[in-house]
Amino acid sequence: MNNKNIALFNNTLPIVFLQKCNTEINFTTQIEDLSFLLKILKKSILFQFAVLASISGIDYHNAIYRFGVAYDIYSIKFNLRLRVSIFIDYLEEIDSITNIFPSANWWEREVWDLFGLFFKNHPDLRRILLDYGFEGHPMRKDYPVYGLTELYYNIEEKRILIVPTELSQEYRLFSFDTPWENGI
Amino acid sequence: MLSKKKLLLNKIHNFTVNFGPQHPAAHGVLRLILELQGEIVRFADPHIGLLHRGTEKLIEYRTYLQALPYFDRLDYVSMMAQEHTFALAVEQLLNTKIDYRAQAIRVLFLELTRILNHLLAVGCHAMDVGAMTPFLWSFEEREKLMEFYERVSGARMHAAYIRPGGVSMDIPKNMLQDIHTFLVQFVSRLNEIEEMLTTNRIWKERLVNIGIVSYTQALEWGFSGVMLRGSGIPWDLRKNMPYEIYDSLDFNVPVGKVGDCYDRYKLRVEEMRESINIIHQVLNCMEEGAVKGHPKITNPLRLDTKMSMEGVIQHFKYFSENIQISTGETYTATEAPKGEFGVYLMSNDSELPFRCKIKAPGFTHLQALDNMVRGHLIADVVTIIGTQDIVFGEIDR
Repeated sequence: MNNKNIALFNNTLPIVFLQKCNTEINFTTQIEDLSFLLKILKKSILFQFAVLASISGIDYHNAIYRFGVAYDIYSIKFNLRLRVSIFIDYLEEIDSITNIFPSANWWEREVWDLFGLFFKNHPDLRRILLDYGFEGHPMRKDYPVYGLTELYYNIEEKRILIVPTELSQEYRLFSFDTPWENGI
Repeated sequence: MLSKKKLLLNKIHNFTVNFGPQHPAAHGVLRLILELQGEIVRFADPHIGLLHRGTEKLIEYRTYLQALPYFDRLDYVSMMAQEHTFALAVEQLLNTKIDYRAQAIRVLFLELTRILNHLLAVGCHAMDVGAMTPFLWSFEEREKLMEFYERVSGARMHAAYIRPGGVSMDIPKNMLQDIHTFLVQFVSRLNEIEEMLTTNRIWKERLVNIGIVSYTQALEWGFSGVMLRGSGIPWDLRKNMPYEIYDSLDFNVPVGKVGDCYDRYKLRVEEMRESINIIHQVLNCMEEGAVKGHPKITNPLRLDTKMSMEGVIQHFKYFSENIQISTGETYTATEAPKGEFGVYLMSNDSELPFRCKIKAPGFTHLQALDNMVRGHLIADVVTIIGTQDIVFGEIDR
């Protein structure tokens, strides 16, 4: 198995389309086929993608399918990397793959925490990186980078208070419409 | 009487202990909830995120150059390894190759960084277990290594030296000579540390057969780096998916047998020796040449900004707008000292990255902490945290 002949499985595996970015291969699949596909890729002797590197959520913001989830896996046997990605709508639930890759547990918790995507049958879907009782999912594109709340120690009340963020100056993002040619 | 005793027995539960977040052996801000049965740990639930700074979100609002220094601050004991991964990811998106000298300098500093990290890992691990001295020795060596950082970039830790397209500036005169001098004496420092620990009875009692990870477990839990090799899997990205000039260098990948903490300690020491070997090779094959790649993705030379208007414009545009990258995505991973450090970078025709996901090796290691400590004594939890080489900057991001 190598970079070239994995493309031959385009028709046999449940894949919507196959993308190639430089040397990297990306399988896009449908949400209902996800755990099946990953199971084949992990267990089948043809592929042996035994290790899950990471799961990343992506917020496409204005697209029809607003969110994407990318699973980066690699095969130690064939020295090969592969990305399996799905595109989903807001309210759809994704099958948890913790029964296939135990290491998916925290990565899925992270995607839930930062993007608010729900994983079905996850054993322990709590927030992971953010504070206990935090509201909102900050990696979404519509969440402001300066945050909605700020936290400080109130010396009079002798406790930590959470208050809405106050900016002394409006947040500015310098973005240029460049006269230079796009892309190098 | 007997019935009373039975009632009492029924009342004995496992009790829960809070370990951290301010415990010095927790390597930073780990809050660990341990369920104990006597002294035996039955369950461990790590609570992380106390050092969460929202790096991934911030990077979406920075140019590629501005995003780079955030990577130093992720795993703050192996700084350059991470900026390198980001720089590689950007180069992958741009589909550029950089010059030989720049690659050699990068490898030189990557290996210095590996020594820097493993010194801390071994030193702090020894201190957690109770040996104070190797910690002090290793920090003395770290200080010297950080001086090399300072000489090339001006900063002792957060160097921002390896940038997309090469490195920020050429190494100063006599630098290679000094690195050589350092390496020659460093071998004996390393021997001293090993003399102190490797055959030490207390050290072995605390480490041998503690936190055993089997071959399949290491794969299931997504381990990488020393944690994976400790269980006998010869997987090193420098060898298996070579980047920079690693494919032309000759080095070994040490692999463990048992998969316990002691194996991993020995691997770390052995990797430092391999790094010394690699650096010697790089010193010998260093060539004259440019340290910056394509002029559009790096800042112009100082001379150009003084001599030509184009240079001034180029300089201004580079530092204000930086580079625009056409739509693409990449998952670039390198062998950072702690394991596979990956950057999943997406660009969308603008000067800001669309998404930058950081895959930190420590995140998956810490996740398996529960499985590793179950059934061990509470004192072994410290050993296992130490062997995992946890640094919270990268886990919490």
